[in-house]
Amino acid sequence: MLTVTMTVNGQKVAKDVDPRTLLVQFLREQLNLTGTHVGCDTSQCGACVVLVDGKSMKACTMLAAQADGCEVTTIEGLAKNGELHPMQAAFKEHHGLQCGFCTPGMIISAVDLLQQNPDPSEHEIREWLEGNICRCTGYHNIVKAIQHAAQDMRS
Amino acid sequence: MYAFNYHRPNSLDAAAQALAANEDAKLLAGGQTMLPTMKQRLAMPSDLIDLSGIAELRGVCEDGDAVVVGAMTTHAEVAANEIVRSKIPALAKLADGIGDPQVRNRGTLGGSIANADPAADYPAAVVGLGATVKTNKREIAADDFFVGLFETALEPGELVVSVRFPVPEAAAYAKFDHPASRYAIVGVMVARTGGGVRVGITGAAPSAFRQTEMEQALAGNFAPDALDGISVSADGLNGDIHASAEYRAHLVGVMAKRAVIAARG
Repeated sequence: MLTVTMTVNGQKVAKDVDPRTLLVQFLREQLNLTGTHVGCDTSQCGACVVLVDGKSMKACTMLAAQADGCEVTTIEGLAKNGELHPMQAAFKEHHGLQCGFCTPGMIISAVDLLQQNPDPSEHEIREWLEGNICRCTGYHNIVKAIQHAAQDMRS
Repeated sequence: MYAFNYHRPNSLDAAAQALAANEDAKLLAGGQTMLPTMKQRLAMPSDLIDLSGIAELRGVCEDGDAVVVGAMTTHAEVAANEIVRSKIPALAKLADGIGDPQVRNRGTLGGSIANADPAADYPAAVVGLGATVKTNKREIAADDFFVGLFETALEPGELVVSVRFPVPEAAAYAKFDHPASRYAIVGVMVARTGGGVRVGITGAAPSAFRQTEMEQALAGNFAPDALDGISVSADGLNGDIHASAEYRAHLVGVMAKRAVIAARG
């Protein structure tokens, strides 16, 4: 066992883990943060995307030990004071989801995109979502939601 | 995933010691291939030595007429780096086309070339740009580094420290990527340098290689027409459900022409 310490959604946590514990297992099973989903579990679908030190990463392809000392933000950490994050609000408003399974990863990934590029074109959004798969194929509204969130966040 | 001991040394010496101390130890760079492989139980290292705590392995600097990239520099960092973008834009573009944004935020140059996946992008850059791989023991020329399928010249206990890419006069990378994984079905890096032209190819064969016939033709005339009439043999090339060896041979010619057109600007 090893002890990992990290800040998750603003709260400091320290837990003992088996070295082979994936970050997504740690979040879901030890911290009960089940908003981060396990989709393919093979690094392809992006349902498990979280922010680690501000950058989007696949929590199924990272050990909890590798996040030791890092700041992690999951979908549960986006809303502030009971108000949805503008990206969450845009997904709701523009129905950027069908079954909703891919949504946490889509939203976190989109938040990272806007950090780097506050005014992305439709093409840039679609390129960025390369690592996020929606098996309902609901991409049109997802892209629309991100475009509106970008607009809201710039104004 | 099978159980293992986890180490996160903070110096190169400590990492090399940990590697030498355990016969079945493996290095962990960005983990974007290593961890999926372990999850499928295709690898069962006794010890995993995480290199992320060693500061000297990360970053980009200029060194004379070359750009030196630390082994643990991520693809996203290479793609965004101002030195790389201004000196070797082809390398920045290659890094920006690997996998997807999340993979690029963790995957590293050192991990990619040490793994030597036949479809990885970076081997084309190392071979095509005539880079030198610096390890904790020696320097290895690009032409000697990739030995075979997932096989490099690295010896047990040896780890990649950095890669030195000479700045070319002009270069470009063109790849025909697999639409799902973005791995290269075929990727070609063409570079024109003071010493001639280099053509590095990935995806087509068990390991990255140079296409010398194309290099000679382009040295005389750095134009896509110079490649007309060069036929690439399918002998020894990879064939799988995605592309036959014959199709890959054809793609080598097409991608090489596209790279030359892009390099001419």
